[in-house]
Amino acid sequence: MSKNNTATDKPGKTGKWTRRAFIGAGVVAGSALVVGVAVRQGNPIDRLSPLLAKGENERLLNAWVKVDADNIVTAVIPHVEMGQGVYTALAQMLADEMDADWNKVRILEAPADMQYVSDSIARDFLAPDLDVPAIFEPTVTGGILELAQAMGLQFTGGSYSVRATGQRAMRTAGAAAREMLVAAAASEWQVPAGEITTANSMILHAGSGKSEPFSKFALAAAEQSLPAKPTLKSPENYTIMGQPKARHDIPAKVDGSAVFGIDAQVPGMKYAAVRAAPVVGATIESMDASAAKTMPGVLQILNMGDFVAVVADGYWQAQQALNSIDAKYSKSEGDSLDQDALFARYATHLDEAGDDGGDMETETGDVAKGFASAAIKVEAEYKVPFLAHATMEPMNCTAWVRDGKCDVWSGHQAPVNARQAAADAAGLPFEDVTYHNAYLGGGFGRRSESDNITMATRIAKATGYPVKMIWSREEDTAQDHYRPSATSRFRGGLDKDGKAVSWDNIHTHLFDPKDAPTVPYYNIASHKIRKVDVPTQLRFGPWRSVDHSQHGFFIESFVDEMADAAGKDGYTFRRELLAGSPRHLKVLDTAAKMSGWGSALPEKHGRGIAFVPSFGSIVAQVAEVDMSGAKPKVKKVYVAADPGFVINPDGFTAQMESAIAYGLTAALYGEITLKDGKVQQSNFHDYPMLRINEMPEVEVALINGDHKHLGGGGEPGLPPIAPAVTNAIFAATGKRIRELPLSKHSFA
Amino acid sequence: MIKLNVNGQSREVDVDPATPILWVVRENLEMPGTKFGCGIAQCGACTVHLDGKPIRSCSTPVSAAEGKSITTIEGIASEDGTLHKVQQAWIEAQVPQCGYCQSGQIMSATALLLKNPQPTDAQIDAAMAGNVCRCGMYNRIRTAIKAAAGIELTTVQETVA
Repeated sequence: MSKNNTATDKPGKTGKWTRRAFIGAGVVAGSALVVGVAVRQGNPIDRLSPLLAKGENERLLNAWVKVDADNIVTAVIPHVEMGQGVYTALAQMLADEMDADWNKVRILEAPADMQYVSDSIARDFLAPDLDVPAIFEPTVTGGILELAQAMGLQFTGGSYSVRATGQRAMRTAGAAAREMLVAAAASEWQVPAGEITTANSMILHAGSGKSEPFSKFALAAAEQSLPAKPTLKSPENYTIMGQPKARHDIPAKVDGSAVFGIDAQVPGMKYAAVRAAPVVGATIESMDASAAKTMPGVLQILNMGDFVAVVADGYWQAQQALNSIDAKYSKSEGDSLDQDALFARYATHLDEAGDDGGDMETETGDVAKGFASAAIKVEAEYKVPFLAHATMEPMNCTAWVRDGKCDVWSGHQAPVNARQAAADAAGLPFEDVTYHNAYLGGGFGRRSESDNITMATRIAKATGYPVKMIWSREEDTAQDHYRPSATSRFRGGLDKDGKAVSWDNIHTHLFDPKDAPTVPYYNIASHKIRKVDVPTQLRFGPWRSVDHSQHGFFIESFVDEMADAAGKDGYTFRRELLAGSPRHLKVLDTAAKMSGWGSALPEKHGRGIAFVPSFGSIVAQVAEVDMSGAKPKVKKVYVAADPGFVINPDGFTAQMESAIAYGLTAALYGEITLKDGKVQQSNFHDYPMLRINEMPEVEVALINGDHKHLGGGGEPGLPPIAPAVTNAIFAATGKRIRELPLSKHSFA
Repeated sequence: MIKLNVNGQSREVDVDPATPILWVVRENLEMPGTKFGCGIAQCGACTVHLDGKPIRSCSTPVSAAEGKSITTIEGIASEDGTLHKVQQAWIEAQVPQCGYCQSGQIMSATALLLKNPQPTDAQIDAAMAGNVCRCGMYNRIRTAIKAAAGIELTTVQETVA
């Protein structure tokens, strides 16, 4: 998903891992005693301490937690907050294992530092004395691999934070810190560690009546060796995990004080407006900036080759001047391309692949035989368009390049990547770049790209003074990294009893996650899934739930078509396909039951069901749609979700609501189209958003199906909503929707 | 020089009178709580009050505010720091996710309750439909507005099996 893996000491994927790390060392840094876990030679704690523990007498217990003199426990969160509640959920995981007093827990986002991209931290916590072959034991292998993906890039996305960093690192860090504190107290009090208990950031010994706050032993704890495998709690002992704790980031988001990337303030800062060449790959051949030059406040007009920038005293002045500039662009390969031509290109590639071509993704059983002998055959083709992210905060970045140093301010899903992008653009070593991350005004995958960082740094390098670059909404819409448009074709076979026996799918593109087109949870005797790679012209970028966003629609629409061909309703048909998977069935049954599946509805109303496991979580949704008007009105959505164990029920529920709104916006309206190679949409009037009067009621049931294997929260609520709605439309009207968005279709 | 009253304080700014209020507030007066979203009055992120009425500050020139009172998100809490009842309800209902649109949402909601202390659902829709929330927290916004208005709520049950 992200490109620049800049960790320098990553062990190879195979072979013996040479341990360069060591554990547990206290160092004095300045006047504050800072203690932590050193994981590399050249102990990084003295370098990290000024970044993390700025106060007097603050003690850093390990890379993810510090305890200060007032007994405040600070969780250092190696992920960014974009509304998904990660600060709070991860802090809950650490604090619970540590037995910290939740009211005295503070949160600090980790700096964009290599320390936090090191998966060796994870290895040290999980299995410090093992080298690679031994690490790959079943109990920890998955965890380390997951963690390496998430932490290896200090990346926030892929619904990874809780299930990887939280489950594997934050909990372990909290438990380790607790054990070190207990060991220190046991040594001081001369009592067995087993007699010591902890609660609410206090260390207690019942026999002697002694009790002291964590802070009392924070220093001595640092002298203790780090436990290799600290004991984690069982769910019955959780006191903070599983509770709907209020989010730490919310108070600052109701009084205007939350600082987003666009709010960066740097003394002497100027403002830049930018316009990139409208066709990907084109450059500026010439431009007429004669009017812009005379406009008030304009300082510099820059032809950057691939984009024009106007720098002015204020952003509005810069944008007004930019609007007056007429630029001519070079010819590009994509100049003649429009949307129909692109879908025609997809069709050509799919036709060429035929029944057996393309790249095989998965194959089970004999699909050809299964299909040939099927009593009922079903075939369908589905299409989805490009989608922009349309984060509420338009892309922006503030940069300052001077004296061989560079400072950059923005909100980014992968701060280390942002720092590297700035270093590359400034022509400076990574160490000479400081990256300041702020809250993200929406991420959804868009802020995992670094194009804005690169552009702002290039502008700042050209000017020499600090510059805040802000994209107009028009630029944000037309220069996104899009969810690709795609086509998917299916052939399915049913036996005489209406049981699915074969599944044949071929689709365009495959990005991430690789399992998005697959249906291993559905019990179908033979299936075959293939892809063809087709150039898409526009830049691809991860868009909330990534490939699941289209495959959820493709798969669950086709399952519904098969159900209809079998003469069964969508719920019953899916129940049969999930027979033998009790955990999956429970989720499906819960959603159906909540919705009153099968009960009478008003005229021209319909219910549709969809079921998509993604990012480790299982989600079923039933949508109730009113088709009595000119366009579909989604009245209510019932959600059942099993992410293994829900760390913060209110936060997880909010993610389901949010994913439904995001996915429903796309299902109803979302469509980026091309004409002459250019994106035609520009702002919210032609790329519309769901609004409050269109928001369905959402009812959520949470299921804790497997506390040892957690799933994600930010994305899994999205893939089922489009097919739940289109299946409901079919139930209400008999009209099968095979292309999104719904605004393309007439329901009059 | 343009004379303004912002959050009860007299301010003077030396800007082109055509400059939208949004940029004057954010850049000249250094109050960044009011947000830029679309620039064409389509999303509501920039909503402030002009004499108590909600306006889209991205599309309203500062000249239109001369002699009138501007209220921004920074100006709705009491002087002692007590949050406005709408802000309190926003925390109680855990409304914001990314939070970027929330200044505008809260300014639209406070203006609604100023004019109509007991809004119906349809009136909430009408007053709030100009404010986009990409995180889709519309149901919580509705809940919070009703809570701030003291309207009885029918809460959606959340169950953990």
